[in-house]
Amino acid sequence: MAVTAVPGMVGGRQPLPWMRKLEDERWLAFTLLLPTAILLGLFIAYPFVEGIFLALSDARVGDPGHFVGLKNFAKLWDDSIFWTSVWNTFWYTAVTTVFKLALGLWLAMLLNRHFRGKAIVRAFILLPFIIPTVLSTFAWKWMFDPTFSVINWTLFNLGFIKARINWLGDPSLAMTSIIVVNIWRGVPFFAISLLAGLQTISPELNEAAAIDGARPWARFWLITWPLLLPVTMVVMLFSVIQTFADFQLVYVMTGGGPANATHLFATYAYQIGIGTGLLSQGAAVSLAMFPFLFLIVVIQLLYIRRVEVR
Amino acid sequence: MAEVTLTKLNKYFDTTHVVKDVDLQIRDKEFMVFVGPSGCGKTTTLRMIAGLEAVSSGDIRIENTVVNQVPPMDRDIAMVFQNYALYPHMSVASNMAFGLKMRKFPRDQIQDRIKRAAAILGIENLLGRKPRQLSGGQRQRVALGRAIVRDPKVFLFDEPLSNLDAKLRVQMRVELKKLHERLAVTSIYVTHDQVEAMTLGDRVVVMRDGVVQQVGEPLELYNRPANRFVAGFIGSPAMNFADVTISDQGGKVVAEATGLKIVLPGELAARARTHMNGAGTRATLGIRPEDIHVAGAADSPDHCLEAEVEVVEQLGSEILLDTRVGQALVVASIDPNVRVRTHDKLKLALNPERLHLFDPETEKAF
Repeated sequence: MAVTAVPGMVGGRQPLPWMRKLEDERWLAFTLLLPTAILLGLFIAYPFVEGIFLALSDARVGDPGHFVGLKNFAKLWDDSIFWTSVWNTFWYTAVTTVFKLALGLWLAMLLNRHFRGKAIVRAFILLPFIIPTVLSTFAWKWMFDPTFSVINWTLFNLGFIKARINWLGDPSLAMTSIIVVNIWRGVPFFAISLLAGLQTISPELNEAAAIDGARPWARFWLITWPLLLPVTMVVMLFSVIQTFADFQLVYVMTGGGPANATHLFATYAYQIGIGTGLLSQGAAVSLAMFPFLFLIVVIQLLYIRRVEVR
Repeated sequence: MAEVTLTKLNKYFDTTHVVKDVDLQIRDKEFMVFVGPSGCGKTTTLRMIAGLEAVSSGDIRIENTVVNQVPPMDRDIAMVFQNYALYPHMSVASNMAFGLKMRKFPRDQIQDRIKRAAAILGIENLLGRKPRQLSGGQRQRVALGRAIVRDPKVFLFDEPLSNLDAKLRVQMRVELKKLHERLAVTSIYVTHDQVEAMTLGDRVVVMRDGVVQQVGEPLELYNRPANRFVAGFIGSPAMNFADVTISDQGGKVVAEATGLKIVLPGELAARARTHMNGAGTRATLGIRPEDIHVAGAADSPDHCLEAEVEVVEQLGSEILLDTRVGQALVVASIDPNVRVRTHDKLKLALNPERLHLFDPETEKAF
């Protein structure tokens, strides 16, 4: 007796008509994507669009406001503090990224060697990254405190300084101090990610290059660096996005001061939007971040793609 | 003239002693193969010659210069790695040019050498490709090309064929042999495959646990293994071993075990006699499967055994018989036209001239 399979018969039951629809891949894909689409829509797309509307209105706390067009942006154009925070954000992002990359790569190369206690050291390296930023930043704030600063104490006792340095009170020093803390916090992420990248590079390649006559520097620039580049770019991408939109560090350390000298996009948006209640202007500041960030991300993604197809 | 000489060479990793007192002279233009099971120290020895591992004690000389402290790049060697170690971000041509660029060769000379090496290896059409666009065999050729263009004093090979499939491996083996004949450069080749060792080597070094077991020409190792390990390692299928007692029975030296009684022939008997102490001296008798055949009328009963067939493996060119002789398992390689079936009882004859005897304690050959 021939046994023929009955299409659609599973376990002897006839599937419901709407189940039959799922046999079509387009419907199936739609159904499977739906939960994600709803979540993304609700928590990312909706607030984003709402933010745009807010930035185009004159809403403030307790007042829904009306549509005012680009008035908020025009105001920002003439706002010198806004331009300071734009400059600060770029400076902050650029300087910290360069240092985080250099130090992170250096650490990663050290950790990629064999030595006793390698596992423990690798775990410890991650500490600045694991500790909640607000907590570690408070610790740093104490270290930079003009009176209690352990840094001042050390410099003083070593005879390098005669008077206290007001790390966070001096506009130019404040920015540098914040940059130092960001670097301290960000290096572990670079180090561990780049270490993971280094471990995918076969040590045989370096050995082959050594036999081929390449000195250590040549081996780094001609073998390790180009092979690590895709990982480096991804790590930089993440770091740049995070640093560009950084908030907690500045908020805790200086709150944007002294005299608005250390404001970044995020802290300035917070100060205007929440601090002074001008919701629409705050939204405009944070929205102003968007085109810059978008451009940076697009450039980096294009570059990553080029590096990867090589 | 590039001789490589190892003198009392030792290597420790922490407290593990992986290469023990290796003394070896590799002659100019010789193809020397290091063979042994994994972990025997052959690769470590090669890496020490390359300068990729530090020497714990002893000396390595290339052309009479001690190179222990000389960095790899200044030893004038080229190495082919097991995983090829091609630079993945460079084209085939750049891979081959790398070593010459590092040594600041003029551009036209680099192009010239690449062209010549590519022609030898038949990879002219691959020069613009990236390593990942190549098959395993092609990558292997590029790795060889990268070594050839350098025109070094010594070639080092670290299991270069082990990642290729069986057919390609045989093909590359032949090409390597031709290449060596053509270039005539001192070569040191590491493998765990005894067939590669036998076919490629002018001489072969068998290593175990960091100790050199025997150095010799392939046939020498096959015909006169120095100890039981070499006897079992060289040759495929592996040599049969049986624990026997040897004794003098009315002027004849006889090796005995349950179900087995062999009269030893003249020369071997003489050697066995010098080892005998008293009536029953224990020994290990060895015979290769290819030195066993199904007994015929011409075979003296002195060298025959009664065997029961357990497994028949028909290979076309030969039949491998797994048989039981008394307590011992004996593998025989017999004529493919003989009709045998499992559980058949038959008489096997040993070639008495091809018997081997080993001391059961020291494992050394009598």
